[in-house]
Amino acid sequence: MTLLGKLDWSAIPLDQPIIMGTVGCMVLVIVSVLAWVTLKGHIPYLWRDWITSVDHKRIGVMYLVLALVMLLRGFADAIMMRTQQALAAGGAQGYLPPEHFDQIFSAHGTIMIFFVAMPLVIGLMNFAVPLQLGVRDVAFPTMNSISFWLTASGVLLTNVSLGIGEFAKTGWVAYPPLSELQFSPGVGVDYYLWSLQISGIGTLLSGVNFVTTILKMRAPGMSYMRMPVFCWTALASNLLIVAAFPVLTATLAMLLLDRYLGFHFFTVNASGNPMMYVNLFWVWGHPEVYILVLPAFGIYSEVSATFSGKPLFGYRSMVGATMAICVLSYTVWLHHFFTMGASAAINAFFGITSMIIAVPTGVKIFNWLFTMYGGRVRFSVPVLWTIGFMVAFVFGGLTGVLLALPPVDWQVHNSLFLVAHFHHVIIPGVVFAAMAGYNYWFPKAFGFKLEERWGTAAFWCWFIGFHLAFMPLYVVGLMGMTRRLQHYDVLAWRPWLLVAEAGAVMILAGIICQIVQLVMSIRHRKELRDTTGDPWNGRTLEWSTASPPPAWNFAVLPQVTGIDAFWKSKQRERTQQAQSPKERKFEPIEMPKNSAAGFVTAFFAVFTGFALIWHIWWMAGAGAIGIFLTMLAFAFRDEEEIEVPADQIARFEQAHQAEVAV
Amino acid sequence: MRYGLLAIVLIGTATLGGCTEGVLDPKGPIAFAERQIMLNATGIMLAIVIPVVIATLGVAFWFRSSNKRARYQPNFAYSGRVEMLVWSIPLMTVILVGGVAWIGAYDLDPPKPIVSSTKALKVQVVSLDWKWLFIYPELGVASVNQLTIPVGTPVSFELTSSGVMNSFFVPQLAGQIYTMAGMVTRLNMQADYAGTYRGMSANFSGDGFADMHFNVDALPPELFARWLDFARGTGPVLDAQAYAGLVKPSEAVAPFTYRSIASGLFTGIRLSTVQSNDDAMCRSYPTSKRAEK
Repeated sequence: MTLLGKLDWSAIPLDQPIIMGTVGCMVLVIVSVLAWVTLKGHIPYLWRDWITSVDHKRIGVMYLVLALVMLLRGFADAIMMRTQQALAAGGAQGYLPPEHFDQIFSAHGTIMIFFVAMPLVIGLMNFAVPLQLGVRDVAFPTMNSISFWLTASGVLLTNVSLGIGEFAKTGWVAYPPLSELQFSPGVGVDYYLWSLQISGIGTLLSGVNFVTTILKMRAPGMSYMRMPVFCWTALASNLLIVAAFPVLTATLAMLLLDRYLGFHFFTVNASGNPMMYVNLFWVWGHPEVYILVLPAFGIYSEVSATFSGKPLFGYRSMVGATMAICVLSYTVWLHHFFTMGASAAINAFFGITSMIIAVPTGVKIFNWLFTMYGGRVRFSVPVLWTIGFMVAFVFGGLTGVLLALPPVDWQVHNSLFLVAHFHHVIIPGVVFAAMAGYNYWFPKAFGFKLEERWGTAAFWCWFIGFHLAFMPLYVVGLMGMTRRLQHYDVLAWRPWLLVAEAGAVMILAGIICQIVQLVMSIRHRKELRDTTGDPWNGRTLEWSTASPPPAWNFAVLPQVTGIDAFWKSKQRERTQQAQSPKERKFEPIEMPKNSAAGFVTAFFAVFTGFALIWHIWWMAGAGAIGIFLTMLAFAFRDEEEIEVPADQIARFEQAHQAEVAV
Repeated sequence: MRYGLLAIVLIGTATLGGCTEGVLDPKGPIAFAERQIMLNATGIMLAIVIPVVIATLGVAFWFRSSNKRARYQPNFAYSGRVEMLVWSIPLMTVILVGGVAWIGAYDLDPPKPIVSSTKALKVQVVSLDWKWLFIYPELGVASVNQLTIPVGTPVSFELTSSGVMNSFFVPQLAGQIYTMAGMVTRLNMQADYAGTYRGMSANFSGDGFADMHFNVDALPPELFARWLDFARGTGPVLDAQAYAGLVKPSEAVAPFTYRSIASGLFTGIRLSTVQSNDDAMCRSYPTSKRAEK
């Protein structure tokens, strides 16, 4: 045993120009950003206001920044795969050898699910849920910061695998026996496992935090049936996180025991059973789909109601449908492997339960439709994403029901038809929702609106590009093209794959439009300034406070008397004169203190994870001790809250009221 | 419209068939029945989905804020009749398609033998790194990366794997089924027309996966007999020793046949993979091929 375990210079793929070029660019960007913030003297500001912040709004924004940066990484993987398949037809091998191509599709899936979709959804929940509930923070603010930084640790480890060692070459599901030591002796699977274990702990803590927040911390008068639908979907999603993520953690832990200590949970010999992994993985994996898509449905509900100037149609139905999906999502996991050879009764049962989920989902589509009916629909950017979603998602759902039919699934499972299907539900379902939510809540977070023209252009590029990229995959899937092919010999597939490549380029144009939109909006932030705190004529409580909201969110906790609390209070104000802020008495507010616990814990977690991947045992021990000491120091802290004095709150409120009046 | 286009593509490829070589161009009873289910279910659902999309776009357009003729009903948030309708439309669709799923799962259950007056041909399939071994236990021959079957005769497969999981898939003849080490899955198919059909592994199994495809030659009985004679006269013998050589990882292996086979080979392969640590399997995977940088 050496001091550095398995790590030596050969871990750095110096002979691979593509990888080294990418690593070089990434290092350059990171170093120049660090140099810039250091030279400009921004480090103390970043440390004080962001890195150690336990404010749910700032943590939410950091989740979104993380997700958008990783979206670029995941998209780079995607366009590399599309280019490889556009080239490697007939005898050609393309530009990516199998061992590199296999890492790319594994990294693409892992990153897009765990480090793009999850942080997008958790980030938006972090930002909006406490504001919508009319409270000042989540139940456990420091734990929230730890959650975020552990997710960032997983992201960092996954990206380190690019330059030091390799990533998994097993697909993002890492099925054994392929992912066992016997068939994957390298560190790739270990990078995958430890990244997900570390970020998974963060996600589980988030789930606990939000379930507690929603159940225990609502504004006075906000009963369950007065909660905004986004809070309901967040509750359902976090209940699923709390119930499902431990399954993933345990499953990956068993695979780790197999790989590190010679256990036989999933090996082919010594009575191991690889199919048990497949079952357990999807016992987590299918609820995961709804962890992502339920909050997305919540965003669409908020957007369609707000921009139609109407309450959400069928609120009780929506709540019922959400909770029905929450429960049903545990009864369908076997549809991911109808091809395992289970009996007809099992296949039929899981086929039908899978279809039953389409019922509450269908109800939601109809309810959004009837929300617009009789409304005054303003075609702002969030509405475009919502209508685009409704149109695309019903077709994605259609192919989903097809895949729930066992005889059809046997014909298209593992083909590009399947790949097209799950992109058809995840991109419109989750990514479009995140874009709608980003445009919808951006003025609340930063105090100015996003520019509309570039936002509209981004939507159309995404919408058209998405269809160009994935409709051809349905066709080649039906033609018998399976997924994860590094090269192929059927030339008839190629024209379709070239169209798909063009679609990917179109999506790239959409991403560029979004970057331009952000830059233009920052440049024109004076004209786009939201002084009222209510730029969209909103209905829920987040619009009743200033944009951006103060750290304490609400000077006085709002009194809730019904659904759409803010809408009701606006209508009341129209009839009776509101209390002038000068007469209002403010009381001091206790707010949680900043804490470096999250950042320091995550620092040691990266240290430990990296050491475990490379079998550097002393370093793993040191990292674990570091985490323990951090927790100890945090537990023995003297003061956990600071008091915001009443006159500071009064001054802020007066300034806000003055701005509203102008 | 783009989706109209998709529907046209789906139906168009289904009818034009010939040029696709995929699941929409079935050449046997199982694949034909599976395609029928797919088309029926698509038809049932399109009948709901297309009106919904048109209604969505129509409602959004008519109730745009600039349209003064649209009636604004700011308090329209509940209607028992509409609720009834929106729950029952998807429910009835699912009951209908769910029935199709139930019947289909039983009728087309992969282990279910195909009813025929001709006796079924038995073939044992082993997925190896990264090629396919087809053993004909009753005929005493075997082949690699080439499956030859007689037209109009049901073929009954038993499948296993030497190590990692693969999926045996001939889209034009039947749906796929996993091959798993230490376990046996079953599949039945039949080719109604002579021809060459593409077969492949549908489940990613490592670096050599992309070349893990094979041709299925469906031959008329007299040609099949001639092929059998030829196979019995050429190629090596497949015994434990030859298998030990074959099982070593290799990519893009050209098809060949074995003129005879040792008895009980398939069961031996299945059992050998599940034996304890120091078994033949570990030795048969020299780290050189699977080694990573």
